[in-house]
Amino acid sequence: MSTSADAERTVRLTVNGVPREATVPVRRVLADALRDDLGLTGTHVGCAHGVCGSCTVLVDGDPVRSCLVLAVQVDGAAVTTVEGLARDDGRGGQVLHPVQEAFRECHALQCGFCTPGFLVTIAAGLEARDASTEITDEEVEDLVGGNLCRCTGYANIKKAVRHAAATMREGGRP
Amino acid sequence: MTTKLFGEPVRRREDARLVTGRGRYLDDIGAGALAAAFVRSPHAHARVLDVDVDAALDVEGLVAIYTYEDLTGPLAEPLPVLIPHPQLHAPRTGHPLANGEVNHVGEPVVMVVATDRYVAEDAAERIAVTYEELPAVVGVDAAREARASVHAEIPDNVAAVHHQETGDVEEALRGSSRTLSFTQYVERSACMPLEGKGVHARWDADDSSLRVHTSTQASTSVRAAIAAKLQLPLDQVEVVAPDVGGGFGVKIVHPWPEELLVPMAAIALGREVKWTEDRREHFISSAHERQQRQEIRVGFDDDGRLTALDVHIWHDNGAYTPYGIIVPIVTATQLVGPYVVPTYRVRVESVYTNTVIVTPYRGAGRPQGCFAMERTMDRIADALGLDRAVVRERNLIRPDQFPYDHHLTFQDGRPVIYDSGDYPGLLGKLTALVGWSAAGELRAAAAERGKLLGIGMALYVEGTGPGPYEGGHVQVLGSGKVLVSTGLTSQGQGHETVFAQIVASELGVPIDDVEVTTGDTRRFGYAVGTFASRAAVMSGNAVALAARGVREKALRIAAEVLEAEPDDLEIEDGLVQVRGTPGTSIPLRTVAVLSNPLRYAFDEAAKQATQFATHDDSKPPVAPGDAPGLEHREYFSPLRSTFASGAHAAVVEVDPQTWEIDVVTYAVVHDCGNVVNPMIVEGQVHGGVAQGVGGALYERMAYDADGQLQNASFMDFLMPYASEVPDVVIDHQQTPSPLNPLGIKGAGEAGVIPGSAALASAIEDAVGRRITSMPISPTELYDLVRDPGAERTAASARRAGAPA
Repeated sequence: MSTSADAERTVRLTVNGVPREATVPVRRVLADALRDDLGLTGTHVGCAHGVCGSCTVLVDGDPVRSCLVLAVQVDGAAVTTVEGLARDDGRGGQVLHPVQEAFRECHALQCGFCTPGFLVTIAAGLEARDASTEITDEEVEDLVGGNLCRCTGYANIKKAVRHAAATMREGGRP
Repeated sequence: MTTKLFGEPVRRREDARLVTGRGRYLDDIGAGALAAAFVRSPHAHARVLDVDVDAALDVEGLVAIYTYEDLTGPLAEPLPVLIPHPQLHAPRTGHPLANGEVNHVGEPVVMVVATDRYVAEDAAERIAVTYEELPAVVGVDAAREARASVHAEIPDNVAAVHHQETGDVEEALRGSSRTLSFTQYVERSACMPLEGKGVHARWDADDSSLRVHTSTQASTSVRAAIAAKLQLPLDQVEVVAPDVGGGFGVKIVHPWPEELLVPMAAIALGREVKWTEDRREHFISSAHERQQRQEIRVGFDDDGRLTALDVHIWHDNGAYTPYGIIVPIVTATQLVGPYVVPTYRVRVESVYTNTVIVTPYRGAGRPQGCFAMERTMDRIADALGLDRAVVRERNLIRPDQFPYDHHLTFQDGRPVIYDSGDYPGLLGKLTALVGWSAAGELRAAAAERGKLLGIGMALYVEGTGPGPYEGGHVQVLGSGKVLVSTGLTSQGQGHETVFAQIVASELGVPIDDVEVTTGDTRRFGYAVGTFASRAAVMSGNAVALAARGVREKALRIAAEVLEAEPDDLEIEDGLVQVRGTPGTSIPLRTVAVLSNPLRYAFDEAAKQATQFATHDDSKPPVAPGDAPGLEHREYFSPLRSTFASGAHAAVVEVDPQTWEIDVVTYAVVHDCGNVVNPMIVEGQVHGGVAQGVGGALYERMAYDADGQLQNASFMDFLMPYASEVPDVVIDHQQTPSPLNPLGIKGAGEAGVIPGSAALASAIEDAVGRRITSMPISPTELYDLVRDPGAERTAASARRAGAPA
């Protein structure tokens, strides 16, 4: 038995700056396409109904819950996952994004499962703001307020946001 | 000094991979594996009359369908009762797939295996199961009334009656100048790790071996269970816990049905098979905790000192008892907290309901015990018109009373003897930290703003680090790398970091040379698991002892080379040297090479250990009783648990328009003995407090009378976001444990234990109405204050009558 859900389509995306292509059933959500078709397992599915934010990726720069979007809906888009936050240092290594550095520095993760969703959301938020100004408590609350974490109690995540904002204010990447 | 890292806030070694998306969680394993999905019971209680799979058979991509009829041998028998106990007189467990009856919504009935999860679910939804519904028993009171029974042959629904007493409580109550009796409730919540459960199995038919990855807190015991249930030799089963996305207790239960069925299918099909639990499955087919009805009678003198305590608890254990009566025992024995209880009797009736099983969730019965005792303290203070801190202070065990024997038997079968602590110290630090004595001014200031302010506190003692044992293995390689392994697992506690700190400190090597593996039966086959705040205590001490064994051997070998006495040697930064004689040294990596006498020089370093390079022909190359290699394995098995302690206080503001409860201050004083990594311990406290606040104000499992879980999603089950978690201020105290070489006590669960008790106390203080059930929502608080029958506290009456 085959259904319309089995119909496949080829989706072309720019993922973390690299052109990628996958032929997927039209019902496949973006999270599964990234994980299973493109092998980018850094994006995690925590609830599959758009509440926890673990699966957040950037689609054309904006945070999107990849469990609620079909892969075919973002055909042609640029997608950034947690794997795309760090940059090559030109010597075979990587330079972490200030938010990634800050999470390590501030112990902002424990099990790490929700962390990719926080990282891409916060990275996008910090990059969109005027880095020369000091980040406010309201901005911090806003950046972390939409994602669930069961381990940390959020205190160190908020600390990491301030730490990353300070780094970027001092001229750290980007 | 680079190698003395014990006690330092060392940055976590796990994070490099986890912040870059290179973690390896269960669902990241086995790309291309077949996927399993389950048909689960939609009814809380029913007979399974028929399973019709015909409509599923033509789903393209379907590989196999399994029902109970397909299970053979031990697999067709009930799942194990993991922790038998003489007082668990009527244990029941389910089958991997329902055998004619289902006892809660979510119980697995059929397993479908297909090319991917989408297809597996297509097939699953086409399977028609015919049920005959039976009356559902939902909630602890319904179980107690027993108008219907969960298991027909257990008409009173009572699985166990756990009972302990330290004297004649009736006599003591009769002799008490004051007594109180009251009833209170705690509701259900759940662990809710962001990663659910999951299992991946790969069968190698050529050598008949099975490798299972599972998101577990107990890989060695999962391995033993799989071997037993699938009738495989133990040495042909490997179980690995990969990165685990949170546990909090739910993943200590095993074997979950899926941990047996997925390997079974992998063997039968000769293909990799994987199952990843989705969120709804986690809500309805994993485990919950906390629901209890508590009837308390207390006797005390006119100064507020306890004379007798009689506690009768009804504990909802859900549909089955795979984890025995651990949670009831923990409640019963941890209830006494930091207090002298001259005569104590506790009875816990553990009852069946047609709901998800109840097994340990962080705290594991302690939050309920703390709620019982701390609310009792609040009631005594209220009855006598005394300050709540003063009543607590008068009842505390004094520092000179350790070891303090409560004459109770703990969850590990060992006596509840507190090893060390300073409870007046905790209370003193707490009242200073939260500004207890300034509460009156805070209340007045809040009233000016139209808010009702209240303050509350709760103290606890937590038995941590129960046995029976954990082991550690430490091996120095010729490269200088130090490999450390222990069998218990990690779910985010930073074990790779803290065990590396311990070994680096003990051995005298740079931490960057140390690599830690946990939860992998290929590396360490003997272990118990990660629960009860035991990892740092148990495996921390085991790896320390193993490192000491390596150090002793290294010094012995180096002493021969350096022609010195072992006692004159030290290891610093990976170099063995004669103390006070710079330059007389040998790298530890060279000692490792020399420890293994060789015939063949497979690399440059190995040449030093070959037979023509070594010259002592007076004894065999490997002396009797010695072994090649610079490695050591050691086990740590304590006499009994070590008891951590702490005290929390909360200041809340209630808005009398919306009855919203705002936690404005949350203060924690924490004592877990010697601390390996203060950054990680504080992180554990933060996370525990967040779960405590969630359990007190937001989270509950909303079952309806038919046993349907009404809020089985993150949209409806209110897990705290950052906006719901208060800032936490922390102070520390350290009373080292005399029961283990490192002097440490567990820290993992502490943060969650007193949350409901402290917040209930604070809310009661704010609104002047007795809080007898937690969690409490703004709506429930509104209903309570509007209820003319609601009990007013004496403190509020006194306050109202007090001159302005």
